Amino acid sequence: MFTAEMRELIKKVEATRTQRLGTAFPRMSPEEKDEVLKAYHPDYRESGFRALSLGVNRGDKVPVELADLLEANSRLAGQPLDLSRPAYDVDVLIVGGGGAGAAAALEATARGAKVLVVTKLRLGDANTVMAEGGIQGADKPDDSPALHYLDVMGGGHYTNKKELAAALVKDGPGAIKWLNDLGVMFDKEKDGTMVTTHGGGTSRKRMHAAADYTGAEIMRVLRDEVQNRRIEAIDFSPAVELILDADGKAAGAVLLNLETQEYLVARAKTVILATGGAGRLHYQGFPTSNHYGATADGLVLGYRVGAELVFADTIQYHPTGVAYPAQIFGALVTEKVRSLGATPLNIDGEQFVYHLETRDVAAAAIIRECYGRNKGIQTPTEGQGVWLDTPLIEMIHGEGTIEKRLPGMLRMYRKFGIDLRKDPILVYPTLHYQNGGLLIDEHGRTSIPNLYVAGEAAGGIHGRNRLMGNSLLDIIVFGRRAGAHAGEACRNVRLKALTLDHVAKYQQALADSGVVTDRVSPLVLPHYTHGRHED
Amino acid sequence: MAEKEMVDIYLLGKRYTVPASLTIMDAMEYAGYQLVRGCGCRSGFCGACATIYRIKGQKELKVCLSCQTKVEDGMYLAQLPFFPGDKREYNLDELKPTADVMKQLYPEIYSCIGCNACTKACPQELKVMQYIAFAQRGDFEKCAHASFDCVSCGICASRCPAQITHYQVGLLARRLTGKYLAPETGYLTDRVREIEQGEHDQALAEMMDKSADEMKALYNTRDIEK
Ligand SMILES: Cc1cc2nc3c(=O)[nH]c(=O)nc-3n(C[C@H](O)[C@H](O)[C@H](O)COP(=O)(O)OP(=O)(O)OC[C@H]3O[C@@H](n4cnc5c(N)ncnc54)[C@H](O)[C@@H]3O)c2cc1C
Ligand code: FES
Repeated sequence: MFTAEMRELIKKVEATRTQRLGTAFPRMSPEEKDEVLKAYHPDYRESGFRALSLGVNRGDKVPVELADLLEANSRLAGQPLDLSRPAYDVDVLIVGGGGAGAAAALEATARGAKVLVVTKLRLGDANTVMAEGGIQGADKPDDSPALHYLDVMGGGHYTNKKELAAALVKDGPGAIKWLNDLGVMFDKEKDGTMVTTHGGGTSRKRMHAAADYTGAEIMRVLRDEVQNRRIEAIDFSPAVELILDADGKAAGAVLLNLETQEYLVARAKTVILATGGAGRLHYQGFPTSNHYGATADGLVLGYRVGAELVFADTIQYHPTGVAYPAQIFGALVTEKVRSLGATPLNIDGEQFVYHLETRDVAAAAIIRECYGRNKGIQTPTEGQGVWLDTPLIEMIHGEGTIEKRLPGMLRMYRKFGIDLRKDPILVYPTLHYQNGGLLIDEHGRTSIPNLYVAGEAAGGIHGRNRLMGNSLLDIIVFGRRAGAHAGEACRNVRLKALTLDHVAKYQQALADSGVVTDRVSPLVLPHYTHGRHED
Repeated sequence: MAEKEMVDIYLLGKRYTVPASLTIMDAMEYAGYQLVRGCGCRSGFCGACATIYRIKGQKELKVCLSCQTKVEDGMYLAQLPFFPGDKREYNLDELKPTADVMKQLYPEIYSCIGCNACTKACPQELKVMQYIAFAQRGDFEKCAHASFDCVSCGICASRCPAQITHYQVGLLARRLTGKYLAPETGYLTDRVREIEQGEHDQALAEMMDKSADEMKALYNTRDIEK
């Protein structure tokens, strides 16, 4: 339900609507983009970053909230733990039960490996289940992996690791087919043609979707298949530290049973980190579109054993997070809403940016409109937002479009008394995706023997910027690659005695670099009070 | 700023005074809980936060997703963080999309007594009983579309006197539809074969050999599908 003040302001939006319809708003020139990014994009805000004082990436800048966790004590510091009698003993340990973890589990199992998936919440409570827009794949006759590659590299400002980008696009059609054959219900025409659209920065319409439940549809199918294959998966048991063997190879993890608060040892010949993103660290105070468990645990675990971070200073802020109502503050308004024609407007009902600029530019332009030009709309939570004129969608594409193409969005707003077919909605950038992560090679391997990373926790594939639809693709492609490789490699692994010496060494390194702190990491779960202490 | 409007809610019977503007999930955190179970996506997609409530003075038990529902004064709340629903195991490759599949795997759907408790309870406003009826008839495509927005919260199954696990039935119908009933995408199969046979390797290798400047030139002049 809108407030009376907002209702008044909506009249201005309505007043300009017919005149706006059909008038194209100019795109920014490269110089204008550069200017707005430097002045308003959070990645350019120096106070948001800090150079690391220890570890492989010493001297590199990362978001301060992440630095705080990397420069923190292990939960196990001073904990006596018997590593010689593991509670679990498997070939492949997969940490994280999102899309990447599930894909890896299926491939490793298919190669005969004994697999254990451990996850923080329930299997599938993950960023994957929330993906709305779609998944890229160069399958159509007028498209090709090479064209897809060009888009990926251009989107990443040519910083991507070439072999990773090539693997992503080459496996793309195979990934779509794999999902299709597992029974994922992609949107199709009667003749079998997939309904595909553009995403920001694509040269071909190669975004495959399942309405605006694409990630949910993929995740529930993968979860079902994991269960059908009888793969052991343990919920509410996050990994809080990796275990190495005497040769320095990855050899398992220490798990925390969130119900009993007990630590458990899982021994494994190979380990795949698939712990996802970091939105719940709320970099620079931003709200987030991410699930409750997105706290960068995998980055902390990997960094402590010496795996390298890449592009950890590049964060994707989605231009359109919910600014109002407060109950769903930060939740995602999918890019598809703009793809279908909704445009951003300021308090006067004027458009101020072309609606399909890339995410970084659009986000920066919205921040500028609110805080640089004071043309935002005040929300009851002290924040600001801009209008996204959703009623345009049905004026362009006809009545019923929203219900058919954006059922999730329609439902979410309706629950809070807003009909986005009739009224515009209020949006503001939200912390959405971690572009970087732990560096991998094309099989998902890190520089630590037998340690793999897949999914949003991995870095290098997208360089400094990921395009919409390439993340769902990457979790399938690299989840499968890591699972397949680990599932084979485990056969030749002979583990030596397990050790947590690296944790002691890390503690020592903390002390040596002068970090004095009582912070403990990984964070595992965020803590919210919704302003209780300010009352 | 005006005084915040507050309401009283009862978590597992204990009273807490919380801002009226919060969702049930946020209100629990405001009350001092750090959620472990019963919280996943916080956006209405994962079904982790199924919650049962009754308003003081009323009889009716209601169910909702706590991340998508505002608190109301006098709410008595309990979470349903885990539902021990039964999932049958199967090998999708060996199934055929005929009504027999449901008879074998989920025979209890034929014991539906038509009480419609599932539909009334669904927080996604799905016509649950209707999609079970489609499944009974072996009309999997209809069942698939009618159940598509399901978040598997399990509330339907918790209300069912016939022990049906509706959300699992919907999932099976969707997988059968996606794999067998939806029209095949011929060009997808072709493209995968081309890639396997190495037909795209050279074009890709040539792209990879280009310098950043060459890539930039290509990128900035690439033709974009209308
Ligand atoms: C709202 C939203 C919309 C999106 N839309 C799109 C889209 O349209 N297209 C697209 O391509 N991408 C999209 N993305 C991005 C994409 O969905 C994610 O990047 C991707 O799904 C990540 O998959 P993952 O398996 O790596 O991580 P996740 O799916 O997040 O899974 C990680 C899992 O690991 C668990 N975990 C975390 N820490 C630990 C630990 N210490 N121990 C054990 N388990 C742990 C988590 O709880 C979670 O279950 C979207 C993301 C969001 C949030
Ligand atoms: S927490 Fe996922 S639906 Fe509420």
